[in-house]
Amino acid sequence: MVQINLPKNSVVEKGKYYKDKTGSKNLRKVNVYRWDPSTEENPRIDTYEVDMDNCPSKVLDILNKIKNEIDPSLAYRRSCAHGVCGSCAMNMGGKNGLACTTSHAEIEGDLDIYPLPHLNVKRDLIGDLDGLYKQYQSIEPWLKTNPKVNSKEIFQSKKDREKLDGAYECIMCACCSTSCPSYWWNGDKYLGPAVLLQAYRWIVDSRDDERKARLKKVADELKLYRCHTILNCTSACPKGLNPAKAIAEIKKMLATSNI
Amino acid sequence: MSSYKIIDHEYDVVVLGAGGSGLRAAVGLSESGLKTACISKVFPTRSHTSAAQGGISAALGNMGEDDWRWHMYDTVKGADWLGDQDSIEYLCKEAPAAVIELEKYGVPFSRTDEGKIYQRPFGGMTKNYGNGVVQRTCAAADRTGHAILHTLYGQALKHNTEFFIEYFALDLLMKDGECKGLIAWNLNDGTIHRFRAHTVIIATGGYGKVYYSATSAHTCTGDGNAMVLRAGLPLQDMEFVQFHPTGIYGHGTLISEGVRGEGGYLINSKGERFMERYAPNAKDLASRDVVSRSMSIEINEGRGVGKDQDHVLLNLSHLDKDVIAERLPGISDAARLFADVDVTKDPIPVVPTVHYNMGGIPTNYKAEVLTVNGSEKTVPGLMAIGEAACVSVHGANRLGSNSLIDLVVFGRAAAKRAAELIKPGTPHEDIGELETQKCLDRFDKLRNAKGETGTAELRLAMQKTMQSKCAVFRTEKNLKEGVDEIRKTYEGMESISVKDKSLVFNTDLVETLEFDNLIRQAVTTVESAYHRKESRGAHAREDYPKRDDEKFMQHTLAWCDGKNTKISYREVHKSTLTNEVQYFPPQERVY
Repeated sequence: MVQINLPKNSVVEKGKYYKDKTGSKNLRKVNVYRWDPSTEENPRIDTYEVDMDNCPSKVLDILNKIKNEIDPSLAYRRSCAHGVCGSCAMNMGGKNGLACTTSHAEIEGDLDIYPLPHLNVKRDLIGDLDGLYKQYQSIEPWLKTNPKVNSKEIFQSKKDREKLDGAYECIMCACCSTSCPSYWWNGDKYLGPAVLLQAYRWIVDSRDDERKARLKKVADELKLYRCHTILNCTSACPKGLNPAKAIAEIKKMLATSNI
Repeated sequence: MSSYKIIDHEYDVVVLGAGGSGLRAAVGLSESGLKTACISKVFPTRSHTSAAQGGISAALGNMGEDDWRWHMYDTVKGADWLGDQDSIEYLCKEAPAAVIELEKYGVPFSRTDEGKIYQRPFGGMTKNYGNGVVQRTCAAADRTGHAILHTLYGQALKHNTEFFIEYFALDLLMKDGECKGLIAWNLNDGTIHRFRAHTVIIATGGYGKVYYSATSAHTCTGDGNAMVLRAGLPLQDMEFVQFHPTGIYGHGTLISEGVRGEGGYLINSKGERFMERYAPNAKDLASRDVVSRSMSIEINEGRGVGKDQDHVLLNLSHLDKDVIAERLPGISDAARLFADVDVTKDPIPVVPTVHYNMGGIPTNYKAEVLTVNGSEKTVPGLMAIGEAACVSVHGANRLGSNSLIDLVVFGRAAAKRAAELIKPGTPHEDIGELETQKCLDRFDKLRNAKGETGTAELRLAMQKTMQSKCAVFRTEKNLKEGVDEIRKTYEGMESISVKDKSLVFNTDLVETLEFDNLIRQAVTTVESAYHRKESRGAHAREDYPKRDDEKFMQHTLAWCDGKNTKISYREVHKSTLTNEVQYFPPQERVY
């Protein structure tokens, strides 16, 4: 058996404990992953006692409360605060999701908050998505048509447009890809559910002229067929999309067409 | 004196911001062969364009007869005659081609039975100069902004635009009244970068976060606007802040005007469709300022709902379930998540919520930044587009779905103008170190701020003041109090504290720099509002309830160097761009 040891400086240590100062009777313990690359220190878990009597319902509200009232040094991404920008994707209570749409009441006991799994960490809850963004670029996410045909709008039937539903809504938060064991092991080669869902979105767009070339491009043992239908992606998607189904559809198209 | 190692870059053009307008400009610039950098504090698809729901206006005529002149008239009237009609003509005339271009880029628009782009009714959009409703707002379900933003990012990738992502811009580099580039801080590794450019295009969006309750993202802090103020240049029409009628009560999440476009309506505690009283023709599809004021009156007169009778209800449960599922899926999710409401059964609790800044960096229709020195003049090397800019096409009140079209029309205009002005590869002249040093001194001072007041505390004080003193209805008294309170909060900066000392993703320092940006805009907003003694569009003064065209057919210009604020005015442009349309003289504005 191969024994895998983490390097000493990546062992997660017990961090600071921030005791409540408000005197609230309704406290919740929130454990948050912390790491700053500009210090020599190991990552640690800081614990905050948070007054839940004066906290709105989402996990992001807790983080904002910690940052505004307890510890301004806590670093995390956030922007729209209603589930459309995809900034605040993280792991809460062991499950990936958006902090701004996840109710803290749904998670029992102490609340553990970590960055998205299996990414390099830039700092605290901020994961490095650069690799995923490069993979996104590799599927060429733009419409490919013959520019000579005409300059007017391209017609698309309601039925053809419907095929994009469930795909174009993806906000690229990476909750799905970072919940996928296959992506954990082969994230440098396997495109993962988020990017394959995007690939699917362009493959099924009736306006696109390069369907076959697009299919050919992903028809690769590593890029596509590392999907083992574990379906973590679908259960992680905060937008209720089904990347696993999109991947299966791509496989089906490849199996049934002459490419 | 602060010492930071500086990494230098040279580009023909630098675009600051990667939302709808910044990306559209970057695509055009890359196409024209100009060496272009696009800098953003967030990854492009996180920009707030993603939150735009209802649609993008253009007189395509897919759902019945339409004319860009009708669109122009509606926009002029929506703006309460404060818009520059040359710019509005440009916007409305260019709009159809801009939407077709988006469609060809791949935006997944909803479709009509014939396969054309679907268009829905929207507030203030009419046919034949105010005679009846027109369907002009092109929609991708209720996720139009998301669809456009992701598509434009794809186009930027196609054109190999060079992105600098998670870089926070600090200040413009100015020399003799010309812009020569900017300084930015790379959050990823803490380094400082100096970008030289023949033109900087500011596309940093609005500054909704000066208010406590806003549909705006946390990142809507108007950083570019504040950079312009620090460069000694004015901002325009800052008193015009749009309150969207339907933000979810208690949370502020936007519920698209598309809901009312598809047949939803507002009701008060008596179950009455009160908009019928305020806007007998347009009803729930009157202009946003009109609907927000009507809601506020209902609430103030005791006809609000809830424990505190402080909001009203938006009903759409009578709509066909299939229509809701096909055209309004996003707001159904939002209502469930943030109001615990099933829209097919119950109404959504809503309240007017800060949504959009009509004001911003003054520009002409070519996106060139304007200042006033005796007469109107352009600032060489500086452009502004999108919500950051005040072209001014929205005047005193923006019509719904006119913001997305503004982004792409003027994003494209800026790229075109830059291509006319700049020869690719032109060498950069030396500008010395003084401006760089000034910028880094401010950065260093805030980074090492050791006072006793946290940034969050000061920000909250500013937001509460703006919310209570500079809201839907305004008076001399509360605006004066607002001016004084905001001034005090500004002075609180002297004792601000930044606890985090790291340079890598120091979001404590980011929020402090953002607060420094916000508070300057709060000052100019409330000062501009105080000085405009009339009611026009979104600026409703209880003590001056009438529009005063004699005194105030003028754009407010506000300079603010921190301590001192100066207010001045410039004439609204009273002519059109071409003779394809005639100037629309001011009329009484009724819906």
